[in-house]
Amino acid sequence: MSENDKPVIDEYSGVETTGHDWDGIQELNNPLPRWWLWSFYVCILWAVVYWVFMPSWPLVQDYTRGFLGYSQRAVVAEELKSLTEARADLGKQLLASEPEKIVQDKGLLEFAYAAGKTAFADNCAGCHGSGAGGAKGYPNLNDDDWLWGGSLNAIETSIRFGIGATHEETHFSEMPAFGVDEMLSKDEISTLVTYLQILSGQQANGTENLEPAKTLFADNCASCHGDDAAGDREQGAPNLRDAIWLFGKDKKAIFETVHAGRKGMMPAWDGRLDPVTIRALAVYIHTRGGGE
Amino acid sequence: MQQNSPTLSFGEIGLFFLSGATFLYGLMAASRRVDPIMEIHGYLIAIISLAAIVLLAARATKAGKVQDHADPYNMDVVKAGVIASTFWGIIGFSVGLVIALQLTFPSLNFDTAYLNFGRLRPLHTSAVIFAFGGNILIMTSFFVVQKTCKARLAGEIAPWFVFWGYQIFILMAATGYLIGGTQSKEYAEPEWYIDIWLTLVWVTYLLVFLFTLFKRKEPHIYVANWFYLAFIVTVAMLHVVNNFGIPVSFFGSKSYGLFAGTQDAMTQWWYGHNAVGFFLTAGFLAIMYYFIPKQANRPVYSYRLSIIHFWALIFLYIWAGPHHLHYTALPDWAQTLGMTFSIMLWMPSWGGMINGMMTLSGAWDKLRTDPVLRMMVVSTAFYGMSTFEGPLMSIKAVNSLSHYTDWTIGHVHSGALGWVAYISFGALYCIVPWLWKKDGLYSNKLVNWHFWISTLGILLYICAMWVSGIMQGLMWRAYDQYGFLEYSFIESVEAMHPYYFIRALGGLLFVLGSLIMAYNLWKTVKSGNPVVARDTSKTPMLRQGEAA
Repeated sequence: MSENDKPVIDEYSGVETTGHDWDGIQELNNPLPRWWLWSFYVCILWAVVYWVFMPSWPLVQDYTRGFLGYSQRAVVAEELKSLTEARADLGKQLLASEPEKIVQDKGLLEFAYAAGKTAFADNCAGCHGSGAGGAKGYPNLNDDDWLWGGSLNAIETSIRFGIGATHEETHFSEMPAFGVDEMLSKDEISTLVTYLQILSGQQANGTENLEPAKTLFADNCASCHGDDAAGDREQGAPNLRDAIWLFGKDKKAIFETVHAGRKGMMPAWDGRLDPVTIRALAVYIHTRGGGE
Repeated sequence: MQQNSPTLSFGEIGLFFLSGATFLYGLMAASRRVDPIMEIHGYLIAIISLAAIVLLAARATKAGKVQDHADPYNMDVVKAGVIASTFWGIIGFSVGLVIALQLTFPSLNFDTAYLNFGRLRPLHTSAVIFAFGGNILIMTSFFVVQKTCKARLAGEIAPWFVFWGYQIFILMAATGYLIGGTQSKEYAEPEWYIDIWLTLVWVTYLLVFLFTLFKRKEPHIYVANWFYLAFIVTVAMLHVVNNFGIPVSFFGSKSYGLFAGTQDAMTQWWYGHNAVGFFLTAGFLAIMYYFIPKQANRPVYSYRLSIIHFWALIFLYIWAGPHHLHYTALPDWAQTLGMTFSIMLWMPSWGGMINGMMTLSGAWDKLRTDPVLRMMVVSTAFYGMSTFEGPLMSIKAVNSLSHYTDWTIGHVHSGALGWVAYISFGALYCIVPWLWKKDGLYSNKLVNWHFWISTLGILLYICAMWVSGIMQGLMWRAYDQYGFLEYSFIESVEAMHPYYFIRALGGLLFVLGSLIMAYNLWKTVKSGNPVVARDTSKTPMLRQGEAA
């Protein structure tokens, strides 16, 4: 720090320093850069103007509303209202139309497909997959193998009331645990598994004697899956003659299914989604390829 | 704040009692088993307390002889800070790389709770901000305040309490995250008992800093120290208020915050944004104000600018928090204030950049030969870029696109990697030869490698996040003709995959760079040429060329 009056001049810039010296560091006495100062002023001015027009300063009971009277809540409410109004007409038509008519009406089908696609991604994709391809325990919705029916109405019923859900009208099906509950021995289950593999075409019929298996099937399985093992949609009992196995089709998986039983679950969407969205979802799923 | 005395100092006696109390508390908390987190932490507290008692006892037996300070300054605690910050930096960057890879390849979560992204993410943020950044700040502030005040650090045991107390805070916080202890406030995750401990450490830090300022032999206080002081005081206030809460049990880890709903969110982002403003900006501007003029050997560009931008910065920053809560339940007026104050903050932020860069006038040629200076100047450039991007993103119209997207992550990292880490690396490269009295760094070539590798890393990181962030924002707001969303969330996640990979690559380069630095610093300490009796207060102690 220079205590005398003579200013210290920096040799390179010719600017005088403040005379301070900290551990060898000095400071030039440059003025504030003009562009910096004016930019700062402009930012402040812009802020003040913004405050005049928009809600900004809190008061004791209220806040300054601003000349534009902007309210975020009002904007959202307005946007939602106009969206609801814009969709209302098509939504009503969708609910009122017979399934055959929806499929024929291109505009209606497009609307239902768009609504269904979004609703599916938000609500269904978590279990059924974003492409509706399903996973173990979660049916593939692109094929024509339906547990509870593949008509538009049947699909809509499944979505509304769910499967094994809390809704009064929910579908309910449960495969007993034949092994765990000691209804069948391990050998008997193995016999059945071999039979099922042959039935579903996974294993060629060799020289096995199928009579014991047929008897076991008739006594234990036919009441739900039918005498011909083609399933029963009234009870949600799957067709056992095809190659589609919800919980796996190899020997181990089928054994596990018969041994410990299965119970499908899907939430009821009635009340959680509005009727238009549920109808749209049904149309979306119906049109994915497997609709009946 | 005792000068050392032949008998036990006030601070030492106090620490004995404190360690005894925490030892008992740890044992009781562990034995009561209120929850598994506190059970583990109880034992940890007891073990650390016992170690502290043993160390204090060992120190007390030596306390009889008056220490003769070979160095008029207390540089040992600064050296410890150099080691700690380098160590935590590498840990923090590496965990960042791991979670970047987890986002790219989710199977790297390994289906275990301990290594889950949700627990490693706060470990990363806390490790880089508080463990690396905090240690850098404490270390450099202890150095700068001594040098620019021409005064030895106040207290003998107090600075060491700050250092070790802070490491204990980091250890408790980090282990807490891994075993599932969190109060779910971003950047303030540690639970109540860790918060109380940090408060104790931080107040001691403030006292050490203040008393050193009081002892100064310079008539004025250097600008770097204003920024350090603003950082220490404000962080104390932010930390205390945001962590107001009530523990469920005195011997349990869980607590409930005092605020709820919108008030809680506003308090959290008042804290969160000013953690950026006062921890990551004001504190590191202090580093810039000492190390750039020192390394460039040029006067600071404008004293007036430093005054104006300092006061403008600390006055305006504290209002900007609401811009984190645009389009939420926060009232319109608070959103307006958050946004307008962020815009007004633009120029005060740039004042620091101008002063940093213009200090080089008369020394621009050094950028070619001095990679350390280059790193620090590039850090001010990144600082300028992110403090322009910040106000831009605070504008509601922009924010409606950028909010909740990777753009925010990119913005944070251009500031965190480009500004905070680079100015820290620069400070480390300067301070290691000074502290260990070496002629210069082991290798300037390695600094060059570090600079280019990590600059490439940063660019990969922020460009990937710009693209993916804007893409995310656009996908989320794409509607079809009926007003239904065009894309589901998972489709936007799928679209991120390549950018997440590029980001992880950038992170890898950054980690590599920090390892090169650690090696270079280590070799400098181990095998650098010693400097004999050189007055570090007059000549900036730089190598005058690689060969010297």
